[in-house]
Amino acid sequence: MATKSGTQKNTRNGGSEGEAVFKSSVSARHALDRVFAVLVFVAAMIGLVVLAVLLVDIGRDGLPRLSWDFLASFPSVSPQNSGIYPALLGSLWLLGLTALLSVPLGVGAATYLEEYAPDNWLTRLIEVNISNLAGVPSIIYGLLGLGIFVNLLGAITGGQSIVSGALTLSLLILPVIIIATREALRTIPGAVREGGYALGATRWEVIRSHLLPMALPGALTGTILALSRAIGETAPLIVVGAATYITFAPDSPLSAYSALPIQIYSWVSQPQPAFQVAAAAGIVVLMVVLLLTNSVAIWLRNKYQRRG
Amino acid sequence: MVFREENSRRVGEVGALSEISGERSEIGRDEGTQPSPAPKTEALGMKTENLSAYYDSFKAVSDVDMQIRPNKVTALIGPSGCGKSTFLRCLNRMHEVIPNAYAKGCVKLGDQDIYAKYTDPVTIRRRIGMVFQKPNPFSKSIYENVAWGARINGYKGDMDELVERSLKRAALWDEVKDKLKKSGFDLSGGQQQRLVIARTLAVEPEVILMDEPASALDPVSTQKIEDTMAELKERYTVVIVTHNMQQAARISDYTGFFYIENMGDPGRLWEFDETTKIFSTPDRKETEDYVTGRFG
Repeated sequence: MATKSGTQKNTRNGGSEGEAVFKSSVSARHALDRVFAVLVFVAAMIGLVVLAVLLVDIGRDGLPRLSWDFLASFPSVSPQNSGIYPALLGSLWLLGLTALLSVPLGVGAATYLEEYAPDNWLTRLIEVNISNLAGVPSIIYGLLGLGIFVNLLGAITGGQSIVSGALTLSLLILPVIIIATREALRTIPGAVREGGYALGATRWEVIRSHLLPMALPGALTGTILALSRAIGETAPLIVVGAATYITFAPDSPLSAYSALPIQIYSWVSQPQPAFQVAAAAGIVVLMVVLLLTNSVAIWLRNKYQRRG
Repeated sequence: MVFREENSRRVGEVGALSEISGERSEIGRDEGTQPSPAPKTEALGMKTENLSAYYDSFKAVSDVDMQIRPNKVTALIGPSGCGKSTFLRCLNRMHEVIPNAYAKGCVKLGDQDIYAKYTDPVTIRRRIGMVFQKPNPFSKSIYENVAWGARINGYKGDMDELVERSLKRAALWDEVKDKLKKSGFDLSGGQQQRLVIARTLAVEPEVILMDEPASALDPVSTQKIEDTMAELKERYTVVIVTHNMQQAARISDYTGFFYIENMGDPGRLWEFDETTKIFSTPDRKETEDYVTGRFG
């Protein structure tokens, strides 16, 4: 409540030495508070408005083009007959395989680093480098994937296959999963571990029954955000050889494949305007897949959080 | 009542125990039911010789010799930071859980040196349970909180019955019997602490160590914990760290006074005797000053 301004002497000490004087112009402070509130509101709105404009624009271009045929057809030289089916399937394959590969590895690595590893220079070195890896541009991971999974291990991965793509994307998001899981494990109070040990539990029993379930919501959030990033990635997939034009649906991890962002990229670079429309429809499909993945994450997180 | 590890005392009393749990009613005082006197079960005592505890190179506790009598409550008192809790944690090898912390000397449970080479701290900790200052139930149901420890230790008997018996001994059964599926966190602080006691009892330890178990609780909850303790010593050896001297005087049979003479020295066991002696005619001046509230 802003009251009258002006300067007032606080005479609680009866005017003796050490008396405190406060400037009592509260209204100026409240005004500053309101100005700041407006500023941060604007900051929040700018992000939201840009996102909304983007969504509306894409929706207006893409939604009319969206149909069952679009989802179920193969790409074609005529834009009207082009569909997204193999790319959608390819992306779902990538999503599933990447999750399957990166989650156990990431959670395992985080558990080791947080619960088992001694605190020494080696652990700290690994820690710093994992943080650094999270910031490496994705194209670098693409080149690594090309060198290792496509060329060196081509006999096992089938070269330019879904497995190679999924392994590359796994490398890309592993650091993020490890960091998220470690953070989640770190927030669990030591009292939980001690309570377990005091009952005669081994380290693994405490981790399995208490720490991992408690860390799950946090780890899941990080993991799904990372997976969302992976499914939107284009650069590394182009490098490891995702096809832009395939006429068959991937049916095994060793198949050649396309992916949604690749398909969209390929359509956008075509001259005919009708392909641009197909690209917009493809973006809508990609968004829906992303939103579905994220809502699964949120559902899982709430489900496990409620037990806590 | 059969755990994987051999435990002759517990196995020997199988029949007796299950009978007791059937007929023994609630421990709580207000129910109007007369609790039948609990038959005594002989627990093991403990003994420390030259026990010192370290954090890295810092010596926190120095050369403690203590005889912890079976089926008695032993209270550890003393000013803050004088090593009571550290000493307590050495008794079930929980001290070494802290990175770079270790203990030297000898601690015996019965005749067994629990610091002997090749002794597994996991088996030791099942036999010497611990209740902490802040209630730390697991984020699981009340039932699972009690059952978990027994299950990982390979309990093969009737789990429902074990959970009920443990909750009854911790004087919590009547308050939770209708909501065993609810989370342990739904309970009040005092109930949580009794839940932790119940889960400790469920693995059938010989000794129960309590680190200021009531310091975070209100007086009513504290009263209930103290009542529980009187029952516990019928079956278990109890060691309790407390800052509350009235509590030590009320519930314990023996009292150890820890004290640091000069700043920076490790804590030492300054005096150890029967509680009545410590609180009436202690041998050392510092003990008397402390129990009469002249310092600390």
